[in-house]
Amino acid sequence: MEFIRNFPFFSILLSLGSGVLTSIMSKKTARLWNTFILVAITVMSAALFVYMLDVGEPYTFMMGHFPAPWGNEIRAGVLEAGMALFFCLIMLFSLKGGQEHIDAEIEETKVNLYYIMINLLLSSLLALIYTNDLFTAYVFVEINTISACGLIMITQSGRTIEAATRYMIMASLGSGLLLLGLCILYDITGHLLMSNIKESILYVYAQGTYNIPLIASIGMVVVGLAIKSALYPFHTWIPDAYGYSTVSSAAILSSLVSKGYIFLLIKIFFRVVGFDIIVDSKIVNILFVFGLFGMIMGSVNAILEHDIRRMIAFSSVAQIGYIYMGLGLGTTMGIVASIFHILSHASTKSLLFIAGVGLTDASGGSKKFEDLTGSGFRNPAAGIAFTIGACSMVGIPLFSGFISKMQFAEAAVQNSLAKMLPTLICLAISTVLNAIYFMKTVIRLYTPVSKKVRKTQAGEAAVVSMREHPLYNLSLLCMVILNVILGCCSQPIVDWITSGLSMFG
Amino acid sequence: MGGNLLANYGEAVAMILFGIGFSNLLLQKNLIKKIIGLNIMDTATYLFLAEKGYIAGRIAPIVVGNVTSVEAYINPVPSGLVLTGIVVSVSVTALMLSLTIRLYRKYHTLDMDEISTMLKKEDE
Repeated sequence: MEFIRNFPFFSILLSLGSGVLTSIMSKKTARLWNTFILVAITVMSAALFVYMLDVGEPYTFMMGHFPAPWGNEIRAGVLEAGMALFFCLIMLFSLKGGQEHIDAEIEETKVNLYYIMINLLLSSLLALIYTNDLFTAYVFVEINTISACGLIMITQSGRTIEAATRYMIMASLGSGLLLLGLCILYDITGHLLMSNIKESILYVYAQGTYNIPLIASIGMVVVGLAIKSALYPFHTWIPDAYGYSTVSSAAILSSLVSKGYIFLLIKIFFRVVGFDIIVDSKIVNILFVFGLFGMIMGSVNAILEHDIRRMIAFSSVAQIGYIYMGLGLGTTMGIVASIFHILSHASTKSLLFIAGVGLTDASGGSKKFEDLTGSGFRNPAAGIAFTIGACSMVGIPLFSGFISKMQFAEAAVQNSLAKMLPTLICLAISTVLNAIYFMKTVIRLYTPVSKKVRKTQAGEAAVVSMREHPLYNLSLLCMVILNVILGCCSQPIVDWITSGLSMFG
Repeated sequence: MGGNLLANYGEAVAMILFGIGFSNLLLQKNLIKKIIGLNIMDTATYLFLAEKGYIAGRIAPIVVGNVTSVEAYINPVPSGLVLTGIVVSVSVTALMLSLTIRLYRKYHTLDMDEISTMLKKEDE
């Protein structure tokens, strides 16, 4: 076996282990160590990605000394390696962009705890991406939830603790359903490894003996993961959690945590149940309907919001709706569009959160729209970055949002009429709604104010020059570049996703 | 149908308990009651797993003496899953309880709705 094939295992273990190590470090060492680990895992994932593109075949990696039906396995293919690389990059940029806020908002003695959470989160995300075992996936789903809860409540204000509690309640409901669904699935098939379960399910489904329990268990798994990733009616914790936690947490939560669950769901679709059975069971139709609701309602709520952070949070609800709508289309093209939107939304939403915090800083720390007037002039870098993010969300060509919307539309057109029309109509309405609230914000950012009005309620608005926060500006630049790459060179990326999905089957 | 239900009454009880726990976690306003609901829900899942792993007339999968035949023992995998699950649910419960303590110290109530109204007032 070639050495590079150990990399998925190394990266999971490295972040898990460094989480433990970080607990005894000082604030500064913890930060340095965390950056080092993140960069190391990013490099490993990149190397694995290049290697996988070259080899073009997925492989399974035996954990411990017991072979397949008894031991645990991880599995890496092109899609997994690419996703891992992308998640690491987004996490790195979000952390570096929000660095000053982490240092300022979190108690001195608790900063290293924050990095423990980051490490645990990363390792659980990587494990969700790579694992080939359903029960391992469940355990890491829980680790993911607990560390995300830590990220929300680390600033310890009343708001964030309440948001964390709400998040934990919703997440526990979701994981309860997920666990029960997995248990019934294990009961029917007698396996826990994804590939073995799929064989048994194909056999059982063909026999037709356990169809009702099978559909019920798949339903539980799907609904459980949908609750955890905050599909529309289960989104109540999102605005508080994203709106009041420290900015890196908000960026990481919105762009990575919910996406990890969705990626696991896609994996279950293809590797556990088999896509044909999923489509046959009509469960996708439920996701489709809720996805459409989410697209519209998230945007409507965002329009009604007067707080920039909460507005971006509600926009996340709408974007999760897009992703589930794509899954609900029930075609491979729909799934490709959803995965592309996972990438596109992750890169755009973290950019918006990080840029948004620069703008609120330039307005005396106030997140209210009235105080943000003209802040695009006060912090030019953040203003430009926010405008680019907004354009991408609305779907202006050149940026990633446009490509994902086009992919959704293409996937819809090739579908049956019953799904095509609602999709296209909701896409159109949602795009207009997106444009309303994002353009409203951008126009406000660039509305000049006279010097007298500059005094806001929260305090004196400060002018920030481009040179003042090099790390912050650099991470903004990186995220903008990532966004433009996704928007301009979309074809190779779509090809990569398609080939990765075909390796799933 | 009825006969199946009677033979699998353990699983049926587990499902009913799961429903009770789930609705408590979702609908109760009191945080402690919510946590109790969470525990009922998780425990119901373990009951289901234990029922599924048990084979009538066999013993726990610990080799004692010379009995090495597979036929003598129950399926050990569900028991392993239950143990893992218990560890997870203990840590989730601990986290929820600690959050509850924090909220209670700040707002002197366990009612989620009251806390939300207080937070709204704080904003104004």
